[in-house]
Amino acid sequence: MKVLVCISKTPDTTAKIAFQNDGKAFQADGVQFIMNPYDEWFALVRGLELTEAQGGTVTVINVGTADNDTIIRKALAIGAQDAVRINKEPESAWDVAHQLAAYIKSQSYDLILLGKETIDYNDSEVGAALAELLDLPFISYANKLDVSGTTATISREIEGGTEVMEASLPLVISCAQGLAQQRIPNMKGIMTSKTKPLAVIEPVATSSPSVIIRHELPPARKSVHLIAPEDTDELVRLLHEEAKVI
Amino acid sequence: MSVIIFAEAVEGSLKKSAFEATTYGRKVADLCGLTCKAVTLGTVENAGELGAYGAQEVYNIADNSLNQFDSQSYTSAIADAFNQLGGTILVLSHTAIGKSITGRLAVRLNAGSVSGASELPNVSDGFIVPKSVYSGKATAFYNITSDKKVISVMGNAIKPEKSGEAVAVQSLSVSVPAAKVKVIERKTVSGVVPLPEASLVVSAGRGMKDPSNWGIIEQLAAELGATTACSRPVSDSGWRPHHEHVGQTGIAIRPNLYIAIGISGAIQHLAGVNNSRVIVVINKDPEAPFFKAADYGIVGDLFEVVPRLIESVKRFKSSH
Ligand SMILES: Cc1cc2nc3c(=O)[nH]c(=O)nc-3n(C[C@H](O)[C@H](O)[C@H](O)COP(=O)(O)OP(=O)(O)OC[C@H]3O[C@@H](n4cnc5c(N)ncnc54)[C@H](O)[C@@H]3O)c2cc1C
Ligand SMILES: Nc1ncnc2c1ncn2[C@@H]1O[C@H](COP(=O)(O)O)[C@@H](O)[C@H]1O
Repeated sequence: MKVLVCISKTPDTTAKIAFQNDGKAFQADGVQFIMNPYDEWFALVRGLELTEAQGGTVTVINVGTADNDTIIRKALAIGAQDAVRINKEPESAWDVAHQLAAYIKSQSYDLILLGKETIDYNDSEVGAALAELLDLPFISYANKLDVSGTTATISREIEGGTEVMEASLPLVISCAQGLAQQRIPNMKGIMTSKTKPLAVIEPVATSSPSVIIRHELPPARKSVHLIAPEDTDELVRLLHEEAKVI
Repeated sequence: MSVIIFAEAVEGSLKKSAFEATTYGRKVADLCGLTCKAVTLGTVENAGELGAYGAQEVYNIADNSLNQFDSQSYTSAIADAFNQLGGTILVLSHTAIGKSITGRLAVRLNAGSVSGASELPNVSDGFIVPKSVYSGKATAFYNITSDKKVISVMGNAIKPEKSGEAVAVQSLSVSVPAAKVKVIERKTVSGVVPLPEASLVVSAGRGMKDPSNWGIIEQLAAELGATTACSRPVSDSGWRPHHEHVGQTGIAIRPNLYIAIGISGAIQHLAGVNNSRVIVVINKDPEAPFFKAADYGIVGDLFEVVPRLIESVKRFKSSH
């Protein structure tokens, strides 16, 4: 089984969010970047588990500049066999999907795994757009994935429950919590990751029909209004009369 | 030229998010001087009600295969309806279904998209759609430059508004390709509003000490008509089901009211609840980081405060 895992880079959750250049660009100085947790913990690890059990390979792919090689090497250290980087700072989810599709069309993968969303822009858009470009089924927010022969059984999160479905490979699947357990790279993994193949390929020309033009920070929250622990009636009154939420 | 709304239904009846999308779509139509038309798929008993929320025309594609979700057959049916009805802007909900098709529809219709819009667009100079990003720590403004546009609307981003009367449902015929994904089972908790749609949420953390203490949380939620949630360690240790876990690795919610009880307010937890309109924190530690993100707070022992709060809510309900 050939598995492709799409990985992206995001600021660490604890990073201070600020913008520069009139809100046009993210203030990246001093910010720690990580592999998007859904990609690393769930998509990558489940891909590895499946190929370890059934044979096959896991390739990771990223659309990004050479700065991203750190997270790509981390994915290799966790266990992916090889990596591809499409050399472009992506403009949008649309751009990412088109870049990935252009490359994937020349290959044949049985399973294309993504994270359910990136934790910075929370688009949840790349997987569906990619599947459409490849004319493949797409299943989002998988929390269980098993493959037997060419049939995959997937359980996915829906509002207030789960849905179990079946489909034939090849498939595009976005991965959520529950699918696998995070793996920490070991020393051997880290050593071998340095020599695993990382192919850098050039992007195709695209033009995004929707791009971010600026950002704003939310107005500072007023400081908390403390209420005495005996006075829960007052809390209810405030929620009704002032906040108007009940 | 029209704004087309894809109004989602579950088990034959419209979801709350369908009324939100319709309200949003009608306002976009008014801003742009367009007609507002809603489309429903499969069996939907109450489709006509969308008229009351602003849809000038309501259509249904009554193909039984659409009673089960498949991203390809839904995309095909919605895109065909959009083209038949002269669509220029497509509005849908940012739900489990919406997230599976927004990107697909954008590609299929060759449209620029924004997934998870948090407010109405500004159309005075371009077509600028605000969206909450970085887990509520910033707003990004997307400019859609293509003629066709796809917008999925974040849950609770807009309050459904009744502005008219129900309308007659017209049937629409499009050819629907066979689904390649087969749904074999659906498990949903019945009787409660699912967390992603809930406007009132009561959530508890490790401060509860033991799962057997959850009775007061459930009782408070029941009195308020709220849905229950929890922090990650609570679901990780099996005290509560995983679908209740909110935060960076769980679900992100944006209710009108989030009551956090015995939760410290770690940044990864806040990532999922930052977008709540009003946050109430009950914690015995005045230094708990959650108080910095709260609108109202009570410093006290939850085992004393919560039962008292339940009584206050009961008193409030009997006098209102
Ligand atoms: C990468 C990563 C991702 C994560 N993702 C998530 C996520 O998605 N969601 C999430 O929730 N967490 C997540 N976490 C964990 C997070 O960092 C915190 O550890 C977790 O949220 C703490 O849960 P808690 O507040 O319930 O417990 P604690 O931190 O133990 O807090 C318990 C609180 O209860 C209070 N308390 C105790 N007794 C009482 C009492 N009698 N009355 C009143 N108050 C009382 C205490 O003062 C304390 O503030 C993640 C962590 C990491 C590293
Ligand atoms: N630059 C990128 N390179 C490769 N994969 C990406 C990139 N950006 C996003 N993805 C994948 O798409 C998923 C969903 O991203 P999004 O639709 O932007 O929320 C991520 O979890 C990744 O798996």
